[in-house]
Amino acid sequence: MEPRKTSVASGNFGLGVYTLWSREVVRFLRQKNRVVGALGTPLVFWFLIGSGVGSSFRTGGTGSGDYFSYFFPGMLLLVVLFTAIFSTISLIEDRREGFLQAVLVAPVPRSAVVAAKLLGGMTLSVLQCVLIYVLALPLGLHFSLGSFALVVVTLCLLGLALTGLGYLLAWPLDSVQGYHALMNLLLMPLWLLSGALFPPEGSVGWMRLIIHANPLYYGLELLRAALRPERPGASLWLFGAITLLFTAAVGLAAVVITDRVRVKHP
Amino acid sequence: MTESAPRAVAREIALSVEGLSYAYGHRKVLDRVSFLVEKGDLIGILGPNGSGKTTLFRLLSTLYAAPLGMITLADCSYPTQAAAARRRMGVVFQSPSLDKKLTVAENLVHQGHLYGLRGSALRGRVGELLHLFGLEERSRDLVETLSGGQQRRVEVAKALLHEPELLLLDEPSTGIDPAARREFWRHLFALKEQKGLTILVTTHLLDEAERCDRLLILDRGKRVAWDTPGQLRALIPGSVLSIRSPKLAEIEEELKRLWPGSIVRRADGALRIEPRAEESTGEAMRDAADLLQRFGGDVTALTVSQPSLEDVFLHLTGHQFDGQNEGSDGTEED
Repeated sequence: MEPRKTSVASGNFGLGVYTLWSREVVRFLRQKNRVVGALGTPLVFWFLIGSGVGSSFRTGGTGSGDYFSYFFPGMLLLVVLFTAIFSTISLIEDRREGFLQAVLVAPVPRSAVVAAKLLGGMTLSVLQCVLIYVLALPLGLHFSLGSFALVVVTLCLLGLALTGLGYLLAWPLDSVQGYHALMNLLLMPLWLLSGALFPPEGSVGWMRLIIHANPLYYGLELLRAALRPERPGASLWLFGAITLLFTAAVGLAAVVITDRVRVKHP
Repeated sequence: MTESAPRAVAREIALSVEGLSYAYGHRKVLDRVSFLVEKGDLIGILGPNGSGKTTLFRLLSTLYAAPLGMITLADCSYPTQAAAARRRMGVVFQSPSLDKKLTVAENLVHQGHLYGLRGSALRGRVGELLHLFGLEERSRDLVETLSGGQQRRVEVAKALLHEPELLLLDEPSTGIDPAARREFWRHLFALKEQKGLTILVTTHLLDEAERCDRLLILDRGKRVAWDTPGQLRALIPGSVLSIRSPKLAEIEEELKRLWPGSIVRRADGALRIEPRAEESTGEAMRDAADLLQRFGGDVTALTVSQPSLEDVFLHLTGHQFDGQNEGSDGTEED
C-alpha cells in the first residue's frame, strides 16, 4: 500500500528553520568532546600527514611549495566532511527516539528540517575551518580579503553539499552501524579521491578520471586557488558553477528523499 | 468514573476514526478499525505487543499516512489535511523527544517556534505550563539533570504548548517509577477535568486501562472491544475461579467433563474458569470448595476473584493478554 500524500502548509518555514538550526549549533557547542574532537582530528592529521608523511613526498611532483601547503585545503575539506558526518549521523537515532519525533508531527514542512540540518552543518564547518585557517596563518599561508572571501564562500557550498550527502545516506537508514558502513564505503573514498592527498596530474590515467569525476575536486581546487594564488589556476567561474550545481542537486535530493521515502521510523 | 451514568445530551465528537487499515508489506497490522471519541473523554487503547496499537498511534499522530480509512479531528480529516490536524493535537511519544543537552525552557521554546508561537505570547505560555506542572525552578536546568518523572511532565507540557484539543500519549508510563507514574496520572486527570481536554493513551498496563472512560481493545490489528471498563467487566458475570497445580492438564480434562457448559482456559500457568451465567458468588464459593475436595492434594493455589480486564481480554480473544501471539511478533512495530 502506497502512503497517501499529506499536505503540510508552508507556514512556520522560516521560524522552523531558525529554531532547528540554532538547536544544532547550541548542541554542538555544549558537547565539549564534540568540539575537541572536531578541532583535534584535523590538527592530528595535519601534523602526521603534513609534516610527518609529507617529508617523503618532498621530491615528488607537487611542484612549488611543500606538502603542508598542498595538504592544507584538503584538511579543511576533511573538517567539513567530519562535521557533516557527525551532524547527520544523529538523524538516525533522533528521528526514532529523540527530538526529531516531535518535529515530524509539528506543522512545519519537512523541507524545513532538511534546510536546518544543512545550514547547521554548514555553519559549524565554516566556523571550524575559519578558526583553523586563522591558526595556520603564521605558518605562511597566503591571506588577502579576496582569498578569505573565496575560502568562506567555497566552504559554505562544501558544507551544504557534504551535510546534504550525509543526510541522503542517513535518512533512509535505521541503524547507526549501517551509516558507518556507508561512510567508509562512500564518504571517505570521496575525500581520498578528491585531490586532497595527491594531485590528479601525477596519477595514472584512470585515477585522474575518477578524481575529475569527483564533484568535491572542483570545490577543493577553489580553496587551493584562494590559498595559493601564485599557482597556475583553475577556471574559478567554471569550478564555482560545478560546485554550486552539485550543492543544489544534493540539497534538492535531500528534500525529495525526506518527503518521498517512507522509513520504518519516520 | 461516569461509566454507567446515562448521558442526557449527546456530546460533541472530538475524534472519529473510520475503517483505518495499515500493512507493512503483506502483513496487515491494522484491519478496518473504527471508533468515535467524545470530547473530554480519556480513552485507553489497550492491546498486547503486536496488537497494532503502536501503528494506530502513528496513524493518529500523522507520522504515517493511512492508505485506507479516514481520521477526523474536529473539522479536519487526515491524512489529506494533516497540517491542520497537527495544529490541533499534542503528541507525547514513548521514547523521549526532549533534547537532553538543552534546558527545559529551551526545549519548550523550540517546540513553540515549530507551532508558530513566538515572543511574549510564547514566553507567557511556557511560564504557564511550567507552573501547571510544578517545574518552575527547573526551567533553566538541562533536561538530562531531571528525574524520569519530571522529564515525562516536561514532555506533556511541551505537547500542550499550542493548546491542542486532543492529547495523544504512547505508553506514557514507560521507564518511570510507580510514584512518578501516580503523579503523572494525577496531572492527566487534572487536565481532563479542568481543561476538558480529550486524551488518548496507548497502554499495555491493565491498571492504567481501568482509569480510562472508554477502552479500545485491539488484538492482531482488529478492534475486539470498544466500551467502558465497567461494561467490559460486565461481559463476565460473577466471579472467576483460578487454579494452580502441577497437574493442570488432568484437572482441565476433568473439569470439562464435570462442567461441560463452563469456559475453562489456560492463562499464565493457571486454569481460569469463567462463571456460568447468573452464578452468584455463593455458588462460586461452593464450586471452589467442590474443586478443592476433588483435586485437593494437587492444587497449589485456588482463588475466587472479580473478573479483571485480563479476564475480559481472554474472554474476548481466547488467548491471554501477555501471551505470545503466534504470527504477530511485532518486529516492526511495538
